[in-house]
Amino acid sequence: MLFMLIRRVLLGGVTVCIVSLIIFSGVEMLPGDACTQFLGEYQADDELLAQCRKDLDLNRPAIDRFAEWTQGAVSGDLGLAADGKTKISTIVGDRLKNSLLLAFCAMSLGIPLALLLGVISGLWRDRLPDIIASTLAIFAMTIPEFVSATLLILVLSIWLGWLPGIVLTSAAAPSSEFFPEILLPVIVLSFVMCAHIMRMVRSSVIDVMASDYIQMATLKGVPYWQMVFRHALPNALLPAINVVALTIAWLLGGVVVIEVVFNYPGLGRLMIDSISDRNLPVVQSIALIVASIYVCVNLAADLLTMIANPKLRTMYMRKQ
Amino acid sequence: MTLSSASYQQEKGRLVPVMKDILARPSGRIGLTLVFLHILLALLSPSIAPYDYKLQNSALMLSPPSTEHWLGADHLGRDILSRTLMGGREALLVTGIATPLAVMWGGFIGILFGLVGGRVDEVLMRVVDAFLSLPWILKMLVLIVTFGTGIGVLIPTLTFFYGIPVIRVARAATHDIIARDFVWAAKARGHSRISIIWRELLPNVLDTLMVEGAMRWSWMLLAFSSLSFLGFGVSPPTPDWGLMISDARGFMSFAPWGVIAPVIGLSTLIIGINLSADALAKALGIDRAQKAPM
Repeated sequence: MLFMLIRRVLLGGVTVCIVSLIIFSGVEMLPGDACTQFLGEYQADDELLAQCRKDLDLNRPAIDRFAEWTQGAVSGDLGLAADGKTKISTIVGDRLKNSLLLAFCAMSLGIPLALLLGVISGLWRDRLPDIIASTLAIFAMTIPEFVSATLLILVLSIWLGWLPGIVLTSAAAPSSEFFPEILLPVIVLSFVMCAHIMRMVRSSVIDVMASDYIQMATLKGVPYWQMVFRHALPNALLPAINVVALTIAWLLGGVVVIEVVFNYPGLGRLMIDSISDRNLPVVQSIALIVASIYVCVNLAADLLTMIANPKLRTMYMRKQ
Repeated sequence: MTLSSASYQQEKGRLVPVMKDILARPSGRIGLTLVFLHILLALLSPSIAPYDYKLQNSALMLSPPSTEHWLGADHLGRDILSRTLMGGREALLVTGIATPLAVMWGGFIGILFGLVGGRVDEVLMRVVDAFLSLPWILKMLVLIVTFGTGIGVLIPTLTFFYGIPVIRVARAATHDIIARDFVWAAKARGHSRISIIWRELLPNVLDTLMVEGAMRWSWMLLAFSSLSFLGFGVSPPTPDWGLMISDARGFMSFAPWGVIAPVIGLSTLIIGINLSADALAKALGIDRAQKAPM
């Protein structure tokens, strides 16, 4: 068990290392560097470029810079942005906080709702509640986020006037100032994530309810709801852990489109802006942060599944 | 992911029964009809569109639906009906080429490394994991911003990044059958790796790859339209639903028809592909609901 845990954690570490290598070499391989970008508008001559590269320390071998970058990243210092003045950690810090706020709100609305809907439609398979929930889930999963977001703005904000349709709060503002502007993006995100988790929970509830031990319990006369809560759900909800983890990772790193639609000052919009401005140091840092979050969340989910599932737990123990 | 025992022995001419099975399901009938209509529309729309898609008319700017312009006009006075009819062409062209290519290269690499196994496989999987841990939009945008938008960049970019998750799926499916007797028999007969992949593994992994391909198609379409929406997809004045929604969004409060028309176009196509993929998965006996969503 312990061996397994350590192995998983080490593998996660290896993945993050490979990610940083991919990010760094990817950026190195792209044509142009910070200086050609920075001086591009002035039709920079070779002399200026050389001076700039010297200033920004770009002449050293890539491997040295990679070592320095990773060392800095581990200690929380992400270096300077492409302008050579601003510290990346201050730019990214506020945005990361805002993204976490958005993700947290969406999770606290979406996950309980998804579990509830999944269990309901699993237990009442092919009946009215299941048909309604499953149809809605197909829509939520297939329609692009920007489409559902745009439609919700149209209905809830423009036609009904219930909620503000766009976020105007600045990136550095305290979290409390994002209410109520944050509500509409939260609704869209929880709608999308809810669909994925719900479908997973539904199919796993159906599987478990059809299994032998549940039939056995029914035959022995265990009351229905006791059977559902004590015998079926603990097993049925286990596979949901991994989907929830993937959704959390997606919320923390991939909600670029939603942030653009609602003008929300999170990590995703910073990512788009930095890519458009070719502010590659910032892009590298965001990529590293997001990838690390992804690896950590998935690792946590794997470990949680292992700990929560008696079968897996004892299997590894017996192996030892 | 379990393969039914029937698929181990591939019988010839399975296409007709599988098609029949798909069409016997309501989701398959609706899905395939939508997809077929959209492909037909993409082929015919240049000749049936009532107006030139790039013809601007300042007198018509943001005008509501009328008898001449059934769906009104956009912010440059272009006919929305014509643009909506043609708005799926670019998306279907790009994803229609990139999806099969992605499934092919990802499938081949996945089967190969599933067969080879060992240390090489272990390293490759870590690289695949690393790629998957980066948000798709970041990977693509970096390439697109560097090399320009256009089809010539979008197709290779989508092909490359959407092939990577396929590696995983193909490898897992290969692992499921690699220890079967017929693979051992082929190895014992001294067949080359290529021959084992082509004649023993591929026929048995094909079902999984086809379902995977259908799902990848809808995800790629989502990605493509999101890129267009963000302004990194097709370049104006080419009509594209994502771009049209993004353009019309600013005028949504007094000209909502500009948003609603492309929304319907895009949604029906993606829902059609998804329903078809669902029906295909069920017809081939592969449980799609068990898959991770992203």
